[in-house]
Amino acid sequence: MKKSVFLGALTVAGLAAGAAAAATLDDVKARGTLNCGVSTGLAGFSAPNANGEWEGFDVAVCRAVATAVLGDPNAVEFVPTTGKTRFTALASGEIDMLARNTTWTLSRDADLKFTFIGVNYYDGQGFITPKALGVSSAKELDGATVCIQTGTTTELNLADFFRVNNISYEPVPIETNAEAQQQYLAGACDVYTTDASGLAATRATFETPTDHVILPEIISKEPLGPLVRHGDSEWGDVVRWSLNAMIAAEELGVTSANVEEMSSSTTDNPEINRLLGTEGNLGEMLGLEADWAKNIIMQVGNYGEVFEANIGESTPIGLARGLNAQWTDGGLLYAPPFR
Amino acid sequence: MTTYSDPPSESFQLSMLVNDTRYRSITFQVVALILLAAAIGFLGWNLMRNLALLGQDISFEFLGEPSGYDINQRPIPYDSQSSHLRATFVGVLNTLIVAFLGCITATILGVVAGVLRLSNNWIIRKLMMVYVEAFRNVPVLIWILIIFFVMTAALPPPSAFRGDDPDSSMLFGAFAFTNRGIYIPRPIWEPGSAIVVGVFIASVIGVFAYRRYTTRLLYDTGKLLPRGWPSLLILFVPTLLVFFILGQPISLDLPALRGFNFQGGTQIRGSLIALWFALAIYTGAFIAENVRAGIQAVSHGQTEAAASLGLRPGRIMNLVVLPQALRIVIPPVISQYLNLTKNSSLAIAVGYMDLTGTLGGITLNQTGRAIESVLLLMLFYLTISLSISAVMNVYNARMQLKER
Repeated sequence: MKKSVFLGALTVAGLAAGAAAAATLDDVKARGTLNCGVSTGLAGFSAPNANGEWEGFDVAVCRAVATAVLGDPNAVEFVPTTGKTRFTALASGEIDMLARNTTWTLSRDADLKFTFIGVNYYDGQGFITPKALGVSSAKELDGATVCIQTGTTTELNLADFFRVNNISYEPVPIETNAEAQQQYLAGACDVYTTDASGLAATRATFETPTDHVILPEIISKEPLGPLVRHGDSEWGDVVRWSLNAMIAAEELGVTSANVEEMSSSTTDNPEINRLLGTEGNLGEMLGLEADWAKNIIMQVGNYGEVFEANIGESTPIGLARGLNAQWTDGGLLYAPPFR
Repeated sequence: MTTYSDPPSESFQLSMLVNDTRYRSITFQVVALILLAAAIGFLGWNLMRNLALLGQDISFEFLGEPSGYDINQRPIPYDSQSSHLRATFVGVLNTLIVAFLGCITATILGVVAGVLRLSNNWIIRKLMMVYVEAFRNVPVLIWILIIFFVMTAALPPPSAFRGDDPDSSMLFGAFAFTNRGIYIPRPIWEPGSAIVVGVFIASVIGVFAYRRYTTRLLYDTGKLLPRGWPSLLILFVPTLLVFFILGQPISLDLPALRGFNFQGGTQIRGSLIALWFALAIYTGAFIAENVRAGIQAVSHGQTEAAASLGLRPGRIMNLVVLPQALRIVIPPVISQYLNLTKNSSLAIAVGYMDLTGTLGGITLNQTGRAIESVLLLMLFYLTISLSISAVMNVYNARMQLKER
């Protein structure tokens, strides 16, 4: 009996580990599609639209990588993952990269053996609560019932916050954002906590968003970024520089509207020329076509465009750029030089 | 002259391993064993090699580290600074709690439904058929979710109890039904309460002794003493007397709305209720079928013989049919108990922190130790299942027909 149990575990583990091989870039090219892990549905970040097409801020990163590697933003197989399944999916090779508002932490980097290739959204954990409760600070939440997505860093931050402030709470662990919304709206919990961006996205889908207030406390740093497996640096480089290309393009003023014109001839700015492949051989170094970054900007857009289209102030989610502005505008976005 | 010749002494030849029936079965078993060992060895080697390629190893050290997360239902003291191992034990206890409650409720439901399915009353018979077929044929996960969502949507949130003219009010001022769970009074044990409890336990023993005495009296002399009201009398009167003589040493801690939630009393969480009832009614439907099968397996002649002795239908069922049916019913019911226990791992669907939720959920996810956690998870479930099985097998052996 014990033997067969052990056998089963080994089989599963063996299969899972066996699939994780190097040379992801070649695999993706040979397959013709990119397997990209996203959330099971978080408005603005990754959610299927009315036509069943995935769209959102994280989805754009997937599309950018697919464009860089395959030249086609639609050559992506989106794999919905929950907070619990996402790391197993990536470690086992089921997905090539994960773009699912995942917080960059040391243990995930070093212990879980993943490589975070950058940050596409600087976030922090916040609380949302009905206005009717009359709460104005998270420190007044003594004895409250808190809905929380299980398997996330928010769970640990929450425990720390309440312990440090010496107040009690009752956690209600929930698997997905959608279920958490339902429980919160039914009054089964007083507070819902997740990343502030996620709260804004969730509130935007409520019937009367103004009845709910996001508390001022941000209790943690949550740098959200795409990640890949350890041990395949070439692939990590491709994903990292796809994201950097979007950020750099915004800084350099390259948009999906003017990229065609800018790349038709060499411009005065050598950095733009190198980015768009009219000068130098940066694409070749990454194992990509020379016009990889041009394709990303043309077909997906630069960072600012993607932000405004999916989660910016003109959208129902209505997030301000804040920390996610370019470093030249007082934000934290800073793409290393294209050289 | 007689010559004795020994039968030609057969020297052992290699071909005999296959051709000789004396050795053949052993040969094949040894070959099968070697193949099995090789297969396990290969899988183990493969696992270790692939883990090494990923730069990981097998280590259970994470169990001693602080877990960092909170659990709402804590049968033993636990906070976010406790170790992952302690979180695991909280999970084990929560699994056992829901399995225990579920098994008892499922047995009651199952026996009642199984007996009523054979009722002569058409409506009752058909109603029980609908119950069995409806609950048996819908996945238990769906039932868990239905009960949970109905509870969440139908019961009022605690805020509905607030204000001068609240939308909801507590039952008898002691029970609050909210969509976060049911709050019930909790007894407060003061000095002297141990005596009351002791008297109560003595009363329970007394009831059994009295019933035994009446049975013996019935068999010996044919005199039937009343059993119902004397049992109640023995059960409650001494306890109540002691309770009041000692000045009411047990009082109740009533739940009351303070702050965001009801405080005080005992909270039975919505997740536990949903899981408990879903598992109980689902497994109850299977047990009902086992009970029906057991009853129908008892020869109808027994019923007729009992009836011709003048026994009433209730007595026939309790004294003649059920004791015999029980022998047939117990073994399949053991397997239903095991199913219920294993099905309790669906708890995470409603956020009940059982073993799968703690060790197999948050611990696994926060430490990334998937293989270790899953191996431990299997070990715990195996232990729980085998223990239930062992206990029930002892009971089964006692109930079996003693052949002399």
